Amino acid sequence: MIDASIRNQFPILHQEVNGHPLVYLDSAASSQKPLAVIEAIEEYYKHNHSNVHRGVHTLGTQATDAYEGARERVRAFINATVAEEIIFTRGTTTALNLVASSYGDANVGEGDEIVLTPMEHHANLIPWQQLAKRKGATLRYVELTPDGRVTLEAVEAVLSDRTKIVAMSHVSNVLGTINPIQEIAKLAHEKGAVMVVDAAQSAPHRKLDVQALDCDFLAFSGHKMLGPTGIGVLYGKKALLKQMEPVEFGGEMIDYVDLHESTWKDIPYRFEAGTPIIAGAVGLAAAIDFLEDLGLENVEAHERALASYAIEQMKTIEGIEIYGPEERVGLVTFNLGDVHAHDLATVLDMQGIAVRAGHHCAQPLMRLLKQSSTARASFYLYNTKEEVDRFIEGLRQTKEYFNYEF
Amino acid sequence: MSFNNLDMLYRQVIMDHYKNPRNRGVIEDGVTVDLNNPTCGDSLRLQLQVEDGIVKDAKFEGEGCSISLASASMMTQIVKGKSVDEALQLADIFSQMVQGKDYDTETFDLGDIEALSGVSKFPARIKCATLAWKALEKGVDEEA
Ligand SMILES: Cc1ncc(COP(=O)(O)O)c(C=O)c1O
Repeated sequence: MIDASIRNQFPILHQEVNGHPLVYLDSAASSQKPLAVIEAIEEYYKHNHSNVHRGVHTLGTQATDAYEGARERVRAFINATVAEEIIFTRGTTTALNLVASSYGDANVGEGDEIVLTPMEHHANLIPWQQLAKRKGATLRYVELTPDGRVTLEAVEAVLSDRTKIVAMSHVSNVLGTINPIQEIAKLAHEKGAVMVVDAAQSAPHRKLDVQALDCDFLAFSGHKMLGPTGIGVLYGKKALLKQMEPVEFGGEMIDYVDLHESTWKDIPYRFEAGTPIIAGAVGLAAAIDFLEDLGLENVEAHERALASYAIEQMKTIEGIEIYGPEERVGLVTFNLGDVHAHDLATVLDMQGIAVRAGHHCAQPLMRLLKQSSTARASFYLYNTKEEVDRFIEGLRQTKEYFNYEF
Repeated sequence: MSFNNLDMLYRQVIMDHYKNPRNRGVIEDGVTVDLNNPTCGDSLRLQLQVEDGIVKDAKFEGEGCSISLASASMMTQIVKGKSVDEALQLADIFSQMVQGKDYDTETFDLGDIEALSGVSKFPARIKCATLAWKALEKGVDEEA
């Protein structure tokens, strides 16, 4: 059980927006940060900061310990075998681009196929599009069920002996669908393809186990899981990472440099050119501590309960259309009659309620839903039932406002 | 709950243009400009017929929120019959207005478009209001 006192840990939530107490329902875009994370970063800068892996002085060692300690923390969080499998990146986007540029360029050739779904975030779509263009490869899309799920049969239907990569979100940021990654990874492996998982929307909410999922690569962002912006993770199986070429070059990633030739450090450093995101990693480690202290199963249960309650209440409002399957994580994407999602979001904002409106970086999915725009309310561990009530009341007010005006 | 601020944004005349758009449609032999607002998915197609430096006709199609579609409707209404220079001047005035800056109310009878001045209080919505005017600027530029 997570009770409302957890909100005391999140200073940003205690403010008024447009004269009303803030109701923040946009955590799927970016979560708010607890004091523990803010303070861990402050502590680091006040006492331990320096560059890492350089110099022999004491602060250098402290900073290196903090950074490498965070890597170990992430390893344990996703149950990777060894810390070398954890590469710090700027976020999910950078991590997926790294896989597409490095692994993709080396392993995908003309006529090969990359399997995706139409529910992918642009971050897990465009890097593959670009790779396919560079190499003359083809993108194959898994057909979704009408309620927005991926079935194993549909995946099998697009897999072939030419499939080199299967890239899929673990959880959809629009539909809230949870994809059966473990089973899909098995199918991908049977065809000799690698499984790439966009875990941006699952890492904040559920226990990840990369060994159980048996995925080859997995990416997520710190800022969606209570951590700071500018830090993310790429997990890759050691055997694969070891074969891969770096995509960025410079300091920190080299072994030996000559005027005309250089050699690279071992993994993970080979993929972390330049001064790394040290404070970001420290903040992410603190976020993971916070989540694990609460228990991810409790976090997920809390959000799901809020989403179910919200959906039940929303269904009592005439004109509400909800997208996505019955079985879903703690987010709800919807439209309210002919009120455009932007207009809806503006009227809710006037009541202090923050929701997302737009295409959610998933334009192909919007076309499939035949919507140019939708609104999304996403719930996190600090949201409460009272806030859901405010949201529902906000929807009613919005409807009334536009009915009156129209 | 009172929505005084909102009433500044969603004035009756705006909702009227949204519900009953003027100049919605296509011009067979016009200049065509397609513009998207990539942050939100609004998309607009503006078509212009310009002869001897005069905007003879302007029509639009597209998808978007009330603000972007009402703005397109009002824009096509006011620029019709204006010279290209005047249309560009209007685009400038409109841009000043929605950013909450002082704007010229003397040169033209701004008519309905002034109803959109309330947008300046909603920074997240300024781009919605200016989309059609951006398309206009691009269109007359191509025509020139
Ligand atoms: C499913 C999914 N993938 C990828 C991303 C991209 O994450 P980031 O912008 O942190 O790189 C997001 C976040 O918007 C997302 O929801």
